[in-house]
Amino acid sequence: MPTRIQKEASKESLLLNMGPSHPAMHGTIRIMLELDGERILNSEVEVGYLHRGFEKICENRTYFNLLPYTDRMNYVSPLINNLGYVMTVEKMLGIEAPERAQYIRVIMSELSRISDHLTCLAAMAMECGAFTVFLYNVKAREFIWDVIEETTGARMTTSYIRIGGVRADLHPGYKAALKKAIVETRKVLKDIHGLLDKNKIYLNRTRDIAVVSQETAISYGWTGPCLRSTGVYYDVRKASPYAVYDQLDFEVPLGERGDNFDRYMVRMKEMEQSLRIIEQAMEKMPRPSPSKLMADALEPAEAIKASRTKKVEKEIKLSPNLEGSERRKYIDILGTDKKYVVPPKEDTYTSIEGIINHFKFFMRNHGIRPPKGEVYFSVEGGNGELGYYIVSDGTDRPYRLHLRAPCFHIVSALEEMIQGRYIADVIPTFGSTNMIGGELDR
Amino acid sequence: MEKKKVVDDLKKKFSEKIKEVSVQFGDEILLIERDSLLDIVQFLKDEPYSYSMLLDLTCVDFKGQEPRFEMVYHLFSISNGQRLRIKARLSEKDLQVDSLTSLWKNANWLEREVYDMFGVEFKGHPDLRRIFMYDGFEGHPLRKDFPLRKRQPRIPLRK
Repeated sequence: MPTRIQKEASKESLLLNMGPSHPAMHGTIRIMLELDGERILNSEVEVGYLHRGFEKICENRTYFNLLPYTDRMNYVSPLINNLGYVMTVEKMLGIEAPERAQYIRVIMSELSRISDHLTCLAAMAMECGAFTVFLYNVKAREFIWDVIEETTGARMTTSYIRIGGVRADLHPGYKAALKKAIVETRKVLKDIHGLLDKNKIYLNRTRDIAVVSQETAISYGWTGPCLRSTGVYYDVRKASPYAVYDQLDFEVPLGERGDNFDRYMVRMKEMEQSLRIIEQAMEKMPRPSPSKLMADALEPAEAIKASRTKKVEKEIKLSPNLEGSERRKYIDILGTDKKYVVPPKEDTYTSIEGIINHFKFFMRNHGIRPPKGEVYFSVEGGNGELGYYIVSDGTDRPYRLHLRAPCFHIVSALEEMIQGRYIADVIPTFGSTNMIGGELDR
Repeated sequence: MEKKKVVDDLKKKFSEKIKEVSVQFGDEILLIERDSLLDIVQFLKDEPYSYSMLLDLTCVDFKGQEPRFEMVYHLFSISNGQRLRIKARLSEKDLQVDSLTSLWKNANWLEREVYDMFGVEFKGHPDLRRIFMYDGFEGHPLRKDFPLRKRQPRIPLRK
């Protein structure tokens, strides 16, 4: 079947295909252009190359089991996706994470936001020929990923933020690592400002290119840095604060013209604000409760043996692989309600009730079962308002789960943004929208 | 503006068109008559309510119930910082609803997605075709009677 543009194109003009696999399209998306020389007369954007049926899969997974799928939505900032999903379920269940976990969540989502923006700008600048910027950005991102990796155990597929809290406490050396990441990121941001802000090649491809007015941006449902680049003040963290964002001091940078350069600038300024948030959260975070193991702690096997005659009161030693699953950590990082969180491993490994609780948590029709109803909750993702809409029928798996992907709305405006421009403008414009295939196609 | 006042004003103006007003987990939900969707949404979009943004648009398949499908619209007002959820029920035999493309530009792609996944027809949509799936895909994947591991027929190579 001919596509829309094939039907509409005039006989004199040239049709050009960009993508789905194009060196300057980071992600699989197809842009069909109708050209008159270098000038774009008309265009059509085709998406769906990375469609994996996220929403269909989620209907067939339990609330606990579908968490890893959310990592794979916006794979540049997976922690924010975890957070959005988890907080939606928490809203249904009516529970709140412990305070320390809330601060950890904020730190983690701000780190993700920085890495999201760094990746976006790195790709955008590289496609304009500024390869140094790409290398610098990736260098800064590496320090951020170090912190994330040591805490969550993974770089991208973290599944770290859990219903009721987070999976494990921050690792012991996190303060030094985080401070280093902040210092290095600040240095890189300064370098990038120096490299790009007055760079003529970069300015020619970004200043006054793909200008989007406030009305257009709102009409397309834009949110996040792209909306703010047009001067509209809307940030989910300020409009409806979640976690502990209302206790932290930060600004929402705005642009003026809504062109590619403003989208770049807003992201740069937002990263500085994110660094500020992380610094404050580090200071304000409540200390963990003392968690040193008693000297007379038992091995699990000894505890089972001892429990045959009388109830074991002593602490139980666990393998270091199970860090974060100990009972004494739960107070700080995870709720203690058996209904919502995985039972502590001391119980699972040493008592019959514990193992029953464990199986009941994971067994079909026995795990987390939110009440009937529907809920929408959103967090500020790297690209904008990341919302989850969940319909629950009272069973242990969602009846319907829908992700409001910010990127979908932004990319739907791409046709209008490149209308009447040159081919070379497509690349930075596309870069500034920060298209993430996983989130766009779901 | 208070959300309660918005709901009250709506009830006054479109009395019998609004079937049900409910609150779930702190969110207001309006269940409306399908045919008055455009009027109600236009009313909300204008001043002084200024729900100027179509945040999200999706569909839910309640298989076994009548009417089977439910369209879900999330509106957002930037000036008031409030969200409002509007729902309309569609029966399987007459699976169509007015398109919102005349009011919001992002409705174009969102409605294409719902058409692709559920097969809902949108009246007045300029270019209604599949968005994620390819031409020649059989069925609508997010319907409840679409099996999780359903196979698709091979499509011939394009000449």
